[in-house]
Amino acid sequence: MQRRAGGKGGLIMTIVYSDREDEAAAQVPMRRIKFTVNGEKKIAEVEPRLLLAHLIRQGLRLTGTHTGCDTTNCGACTVLVDGQAVKSCTMLAVQVDGHEIQTVEGLASASELHPLQEGFREEHGLQCGFCTPGMMLAAKALLDRNPDPTEEEVRWALSGNLCRCTGYQNIVKSVLWAAAKLRAQAPAD
Amino acid sequence: MSQAVDEIKIGGLGASRKRVEDSRFIRGKGNYTDDIVLPGMLHMEILRSPLAHARIKSIDASKAWDIPGVHLVLTGEMMATRNLAWMPTLSYDTQAVLATDKVRFQGQEVACVIADDPYIAKDACEAIVVDYEPLPVIVNPAQAVADGAPVIRDDKDNQPDNVIYDWEVGDRDGTDRAFASADLVSKLELHYPRSHPSPIECCGSIADFNRATSKLTVYMTTQAPHIIRAAVAMVAELPEHMIRIISPDIGGGFGNKVPVYPGYVCSILASILLERPVKWIEDKSGNLISTGFARDVYLKGEMALRRDGKILAVRMHTDADHGAFFSDAQPSKFKIGLMHSAFAAYDVPVAHLTARGTYSNKAPGGVAYRCSFRVTEAMFFQERMVQAAAADLGMDQAEFRRMNFVPDDAFPHRTPFGFLTDSGQYAKCLEVGLKAIDYDNFRQQQAQARERGRLLGLGISTMTEPLGAGNSREYDILGIKMFDSAELKVHMTGKAIVRTGARGQGQGHETTWAQIVAHELGIPADDIVVEEGDTDTAPFGMGTYASRSTPVAGAAVAMVARKIRAKARKLAAHLLEVSEEDVEWELGRFYVRSAPDRGVTIQECAIAAYANMPDGMEPGLDATAYYDPPNLTWPFAVYIVTVEVDPDTGVWDVLNMVAVDDCGIRINPMIVEGQIMGGLTEAYAMSNMQFITFDADGNCVGSNYMDYLLPTAWETPGFELHSEVVTPCPHHPIGAKGIGECAAVGGPAAFVNAVMDAISATGVRNVDMPLLPDRVWEAITYRRDVSGAPPVRSDD
Repeated sequence: MQRRAGGKGGLIMTIVYSDREDEAAAQVPMRRIKFTVNGEKKIAEVEPRLLLAHLIRQGLRLTGTHTGCDTTNCGACTVLVDGQAVKSCTMLAVQVDGHEIQTVEGLASASELHPLQEGFREEHGLQCGFCTPGMMLAAKALLDRNPDPTEEEVRWALSGNLCRCTGYQNIVKSVLWAAAKLRAQAPAD
Repeated sequence: MSQAVDEIKIGGLGASRKRVEDSRFIRGKGNYTDDIVLPGMLHMEILRSPLAHARIKSIDASKAWDIPGVHLVLTGEMMATRNLAWMPTLSYDTQAVLATDKVRFQGQEVACVIADDPYIAKDACEAIVVDYEPLPVIVNPAQAVADGAPVIRDDKDNQPDNVIYDWEVGDRDGTDRAFASADLVSKLELHYPRSHPSPIECCGSIADFNRATSKLTVYMTTQAPHIIRAAVAMVAELPEHMIRIISPDIGGGFGNKVPVYPGYVCSILASILLERPVKWIEDKSGNLISTGFARDVYLKGEMALRRDGKILAVRMHTDADHGAFFSDAQPSKFKIGLMHSAFAAYDVPVAHLTARGTYSNKAPGGVAYRCSFRVTEAMFFQERMVQAAAADLGMDQAEFRRMNFVPDDAFPHRTPFGFLTDSGQYAKCLEVGLKAIDYDNFRQQQAQARERGRLLGLGISTMTEPLGAGNSREYDILGIKMFDSAELKVHMTGKAIVRTGARGQGQGHETTWAQIVAHELGIPADDIVVEEGDTDTAPFGMGTYASRSTPVAGAAVAMVARKIRAKARKLAAHLLEVSEEDVEWELGRFYVRSAPDRGVTIQECAIAAYANMPDGMEPGLDATAYYDPPNLTWPFAVYIVTVEVDPDTGVWDVLNMVAVDDCGIRINPMIVEGQIMGGLTEAYAMSNMQFITFDADGNCVGSNYMDYLLPTAWETPGFELHSEVVTPCPHHPIGAKGIGECAAVGGPAAFVNAVMDAISATGVRNVDMPLLPDRVWEAITYRRDVSGAPPVRSDD
């Protein structure tokens, strides 16, 4: 059995089941969803139980979103849904129907890095890199609503994201570095 | 005319060069195991035991086979027909791959399913029916050696009880004599709790067996790909040249990704049987309850003291709980790792250590979690004993250490357990730390606060530890000597590639190895690419753990660059038309001694190696170096913490933390500081919240991130780092020492000593880590020691 979804320029998700001559495969319910990821419109057909993290990683092949813990503690899978930081292992793919997702792959433009990406490199805010995309997106959600956070506010905003390598001190510096650069770039009022 | 290059400008030794690997990680373009997709790839999930000790009466997998999309269900019985139900461990024991007779810990692998996607595989695991008959459970060493204890490893011949080893080192009689003449004997008993390295990325593998070529390629989360290749050759009985292990980007390791795990073996067998790639990615619970734990060692420590504060002798006994299988990755000569590195920084005339290891119904492991084989326990025991001894003598904590340190002029120094330390400025480091924390002033504040009922405390931890296993005389794993390697190829345009037998997991090798080459050859670091982790291309090495990369593989990088420089010198002599003896070197260029303006750059030598070599010279500019270090490296560290304890709740807050690390020459200061801060955070974690324990039935408490607490940015304190004291390692080619684990090794005692100092008026000698508020509150309220040993206490 084969399913196709999408059309011109859309996502094609295909699942092939072994034909064991029973009805079980045919009974897998599927839902069609439409959403935007990093500015591109997509259509997908998904099982209702599919986690958003897996839609992003396996369906969209955007592997910068990592899965770490399964219990919504580590934050490695953090993405932005309509600008809000969301742990994508806690959200079902069907819940983003009609919504807008931003992943780490959407942070940089073709020609330049986002200041958060620069900040993490400049301040040595990463080591193994596994938590980094989630950290940067959680930080982006903060800076979008608070362009001039204190160190304490940065620490609080990142407290849903675990890092085992850095001890956070340089991550906090990285975010403050990015905040300063973003403020300097912002058009004067 | 050429000129010497500026070392910092080209990213050489001492440059805080921005990391090369960051450019892919910040874009989400890392390539971790789970990111890899191969054509036709299937997915594997593991069914684990819910019980800690039980006989398997039957396994019915028929419903799992019936689920559409399931390709294979593996059980222990099927593994046994291929002689794969058990595998050897890195410590000469055996470990079940999939259980056949019994399960021996909660979370043990019982069956696995290979299916079209992971969701289907998980469904199928749930459809497998296993009938268990529960057996009595052992969760600590006392239970393991009690009369009538069930024998956990009844699968083994010659294993009549639960004791794995009884081991000793040091001078028993001399120690006894010294204790007999002591003015005072200070005693301390405690438990270093079981912990889990818990990198955010779990373990996983993709096995890809190609029937046509007979080649097995395995992408896996391993810190030691060459050791894995050897292990797979032994376990799966495949020829070693037909096995290729690729360790892609690793999302943190910390020792957890050294051992061979059943999941790896099952994915390999499944790929061979199905002739398709099989991916296994562990979930977090699977990682926490079944893969390499760390610590879980009990100490009985005694120190013989002279009235004036001089240490006369040390006696230690340790009981280590290894879980159901002895699968530590330890040098084979040392059953309890490098526990006997304890007291290396102190001038202790004589000492004796006995160590016993026992089985329990807990996950196997005993891995070196940010640690060189139990040095974390050794240094924690040492520094807790030192604190207790100074307190028993009524001596100042700093003065007691100062009095007993090995002095700067006493090197090389033979420790009482036989190590040879070669350098250090211990007292100077301590002074830097005391000044930074404003010691005398804090003691005054502490006294004043106490009068007002506030509990302030200060904890010191000072230690030197042996990093960089090893030298091949003493260090091997399964008989393979612990040297390491580097290969350097300089291309004709002067660009280069370095490969080593190490495998970084965030330490920044791609950045720092290039800096070592830049230092040795003057080739800009940006012109050098570093590659690790592929056994088909990298030279043989023992991998990255135990802070051994810089001491061993890093040294090999320097040595291979020197080989290249020696050949380049011949090329330079040829180009300059002088004899080799008349050629001098300065960074990046050779010149004629008598005419310094006449010179050639290293890049000009490189092209000559391909285009203009002298007659009879072998073309090309490549070399490989295998480096067998003459000794371990001995970094020294001082960690000082001040805390305030809330007497009403037992909650404690860090006021200040100062770290003084003497790790010799720093290749990249930015990266070194990153390593120290990461280690300090893990030290804080272990002292404050992070532990795995078990109830009396062997249920793991700490099996997920809701129970296994890791510090976030919110509670992690700030750290003040000092690098004023630099004692180059006398035998390392560039004077560097290991640093990755120092803070995680020495740090925990500083936090615990600070809290114990704060509550010293209670007379309590010990509260086991982590110093949870309820434990500290209990110590303050009831004025008694608090044990954290399993089983966890219940309210009834």
